[in-house]
Amino acid sequence: MIQKDEPTVMHRLGLNPRTIIAGQATGAEEILVHGTAAVCDPLGALYLPETQTIIVSDLHLEKGAAFARRGMLLPPYDTLATLNILKTVITRYEPKLVISLGDNFHDRRGSEFLPEDLRKMIADMARGRDWIWINGNHDPDGTTNLPGISTDELAHGGLVFRHEPSLILAHQKSMGEIAGHLHPAATVRRREKSVRRPCFASDGHRLLMPAFGVLTGGLDLRHKAIQGLFRQETLVAHLLGRDRIYSVRYGSLMG
Amino acid sequence: MDLVETKPHGNQAATLPTPFLKWFGEKGWQPRAHQLELLARAQAGENMLLIAPTGAGKTLAGFLPSLTDLVARGKIPPGSAFTGIHTLYISPLKALTVDIERNLMKPVTEMGLSVTVENRTGDTPQSKRQRQKLKPPDILLTTPEQVALLLANKEAGRFFKDLKYVVLDELHSLVTSKRGHLLSLGLARLRKHAPKMQTIGLSATVADPMDLQRWLVPQGEAPAPPAGLVHVTGGAAPDITILGTDTRIPWSGHVSTYAIPEVYEEIKRHKTTLIFVNTRFQAELLFQSLWTINEDNLPIALHHGSLDAGQRRKVEAAMADNKLRAVVATSTLDMGIDWGDIDLVVHVGAPKGASRLAQRIGRANHRMDEPSKAILVPANRFEVMECQAALDANYLGAQDTPPVGEGALDVLAQHVLGMACAEPFDPLELYDEITSASPYAGLSWEMFERIVDFVATGGYALRSYERYAKIRRQEDGRWRVSNPQIAQQYRMNLGTIVEAAELNVRLVKRNAKGTLGRGGMSLGKVEEYFLEQLVQGDTFLFAGKVLRFEGIRENECLVSNAFSLDPKIPAYAGGKFPLTTYLADQVRAMLAEPERRANLPDQVRDWLNIQLERSMLPKQDELLIETFPRGKRFFLIAYCFEGRLAHQTLGMLLTRRLERLGARPLGFVATDYSLAIWGLNDIGAMIADGALNLSDLFDEDMLGDDLEAWLDESYMLKRTFRNCAVISGLIERRHPGKEKTGRQVTVSTDLVYDVLRSHEPDHILLEATRRDAATGLLDIGRLGDMLKRIRGHITHRPLDRVSPLAVPIMLEIGKEPVPGEAQDAVLQEAADELIAEAGL
Repeated sequence: MIQKDEPTVMHRLGLNPRTIIAGQATGAEEILVHGTAAVCDPLGALYLPETQTIIVSDLHLEKGAAFARRGMLLPPYDTLATLNILKTVITRYEPKLVISLGDNFHDRRGSEFLPEDLRKMIADMARGRDWIWINGNHDPDGTTNLPGISTDELAHGGLVFRHEPSLILAHQKSMGEIAGHLHPAATVRRREKSVRRPCFASDGHRLLMPAFGVLTGGLDLRHKAIQGLFRQETLVAHLLGRDRIYSVRYGSLMG
Repeated sequence: MDLVETKPHGNQAATLPTPFLKWFGEKGWQPRAHQLELLARAQAGENMLLIAPTGAGKTLAGFLPSLTDLVARGKIPPGSAFTGIHTLYISPLKALTVDIERNLMKPVTEMGLSVTVENRTGDTPQSKRQRQKLKPPDILLTTPEQVALLLANKEAGRFFKDLKYVVLDELHSLVTSKRGHLLSLGLARLRKHAPKMQTIGLSATVADPMDLQRWLVPQGEAPAPPAGLVHVTGGAAPDITILGTDTRIPWSGHVSTYAIPEVYEEIKRHKTTLIFVNTRFQAELLFQSLWTINEDNLPIALHHGSLDAGQRRKVEAAMADNKLRAVVATSTLDMGIDWGDIDLVVHVGAPKGASRLAQRIGRANHRMDEPSKAILVPANRFEVMECQAALDANYLGAQDTPPVGEGALDVLAQHVLGMACAEPFDPLELYDEITSASPYAGLSWEMFERIVDFVATGGYALRSYERYAKIRRQEDGRWRVSNPQIAQQYRMNLGTIVEAAELNVRLVKRNAKGTLGRGGMSLGKVEEYFLEQLVQGDTFLFAGKVLRFEGIRENECLVSNAFSLDPKIPAYAGGKFPLTTYLADQVRAMLAEPERRANLPDQVRDWLNIQLERSMLPKQDELLIETFPRGKRFFLIAYCFEGRLAHQTLGMLLTRRLERLGARPLGFVATDYSLAIWGLNDIGAMIADGALNLSDLFDEDMLGDDLEAWLDESYMLKRTFRNCAVISGLIERRHPGKEKTGRQVTVSTDLVYDVLRSHEPDHILLEATRRDAATGLLDIGRLGDMLKRIRGHITHRPLDRVSPLAVPIMLEIGKEPVPGEAQDAVLQEAADELIAEAGL
């Protein structure tokens, strides 16, 4: 219940990266974070139209390889699968800036040992736009041989971008915050059926990003690590559905 | 009365050594004929299989060859060279090894034999295990997992070099599981260490003894002659009845609450009653219902697999001391152990299999010459027929144990790594050894190579893990483990039983301030997915109590006592057996032949007679399809009688086809007996005007593309994949230095499954998963057999309203959620509420 081991949905993998969907995805949900317009895309990325920025969080690239180094030979396809989805998002929005919000790689050696073809894939995606790698707890040392710059934190367009959310309640601060790290997921229950999905979680001041990597699990919104970060009265979970976002008020999740 | 079935060959006149004869004499006993026959034939060098009912002195029979041999050998003088173990006894239950040690030590001590007997299980302290390796006992009592551990050790050759006998208890239950597969591979390795070793299998009655006789000996290119068979039948015929009741027998459901007062009366009338149910859910409910009417405060206890081990031990001890009047139990009490003087077995719900019923009834009166007494309590009208069929079967001695299946690939992968841990292996030699185990006799060389590749680097087409290989090929062609950590990892993750993620349930008290106290009694374990559905304040039934869910703290689920009358009930995953093929046949025969219905209660006969008037009863090989409208829906009912699992798979596949044909199906529900599908279009009319052809609809080709397409989307395979991933060693349960709890799998197997499926759909682990699902969760084999059987025998009855036979399944509609379906619909509903709330 309080573990990051829940399944995400299949459709993100079933997606064919060659199918290019122009413009904003249908089924995306537009919200405001500290007064800034933001679009929650059902693939798990956030788009800021004013600054033409795409934010993705917790890619955990090379997670399979990180496990293999410790004797668990997980399929070596997770990086490719995650990058394919990222490519679709980038093709969809053609952003000027991409921010990857930390835990970009699953461990410190991930970007160093990244196979060449995958390295090239990232380079191709980054061509013609800016790219910022925020450092996460899994990869605090930045990236090796990849385009873009690494930093611990970024302030941009009235918002602060960091991997781990600050512990101060966001509505008491002067800037909005976009953070990752916690892999939020929400459970909706109706008539004895419950469905659990990764989600964007926001109370209008702070927004927690869903984990983007295909081998990443989720942490339930009810967990105390997430609870303390939001005002419950205004907290809304924007769940990733098959082809659209479903927005459900926190208090209504359990029916 | 004993009846020895097979003719022994060679010298039958085995004589017991003097201490044994003296001991039998003192007890006033006679060695039984089958004990002597087994001894004589084992002494002549045969591998043996003993099939006998409980109470026939099976255990002693199994150990006689070994004990007499040890007496002849005499005590090993101090200072002699290292002697390995002489006899290995393997049972599926830890508790059984302890029980056997006690039962075996008694004659050994009384006869004054200088034979050492010890057990070794997961509970044995490290120091004792270490000592056992240095100074092995003569007889070691253990479990299949411990055998695998011992074999993966570098010292295995030395430890097993003197092995003479392997005694395998409860063999019928072992061989059909993955544990049995692992054990068969272990036996193959034991034979390499001790080529002259002999096997002695002990089993309850099975459908096909030859399966086990082959299992006990090496197969392969030049298979050994099958093990000799000693088959003891007889004992007094059990006295079994179906509970007579004046109350109306329910149409559907599984809980038999209607019969509680009658069951209670039977408990009062007997000394100790053992009440068997099929699921933990039934156990909980029945236990609670009995206590609500337990005016005499009879000591009635509960025993099932989710309860805390300490609590279960207490119940077992109380039973052994005859302090209880009744115990409500699931299959946890099916096997071997002697639990005191039970004079009545009540079976609530249909037994689902004739052999299972015989086993359970055998728990009463552990003396073979007295009849056991049993009462069957069917939960609904179809179960009345099923109980009658099982009852006929028990009198006829029919058996429906499943056949020994093909060996699982995930188990093989685990074994291959274990063998590399023991010593570097030559692939050709290991292949020959593995195919000498009967479940793996058909393993192809190509498949073996793929397994070795999987163990080494994950077996992926994308070969990026060479540098992380777990086993590597040396220059001499042998494979060795890459480093000692791999061997340590193997030892920590060995075994084939994968538990669902579970949390410990702890009963706490609320203090005056309303905060939760610490400590409190541990009640047992409950599956995590069930708890995920609960919010604080929800109530549920567990360990015989109504509990209030308070929350999760660390790895525990905290609950307090609740006084709610309408608890939510644990929806446990385990324990639902599907109807066996044999019983299904019998129920179909009962519908087809009027004379076979003679013994059924009036209520049930009347019901079937009305069905005959309104519709029809199908012949034994016929598939009856009824269609009728009800409400705004159109229903199709198929009376297949192939068990819930096969029906569920059929339901999934048929709804896909009906969707394509424009019948607009909305849902389906499956029971052990029939399948109901409903939709918006008039299916009956479509059949009548030829828009829908039933033989096309039920054509076997649905097991081709439709099955593949469904599996693509199905969530059902993920559970099977999790087991395969853990058993094969892809995913660890425990990692050195991080052994917190068994449930902390460090990565979601569902996610791994999705990635693998979309990038390497032919991967060997997905193949292993499909194979498992075909026999297990999806029962595809059985569905295929049925589709063959009914070809050209489908009869359609269009009706204008629901038929009597359809009533039971119609009542199930709405009770069971359809898994994996309509997920986005639930989200939609929740999101719509938000929109409505916003006034949009």
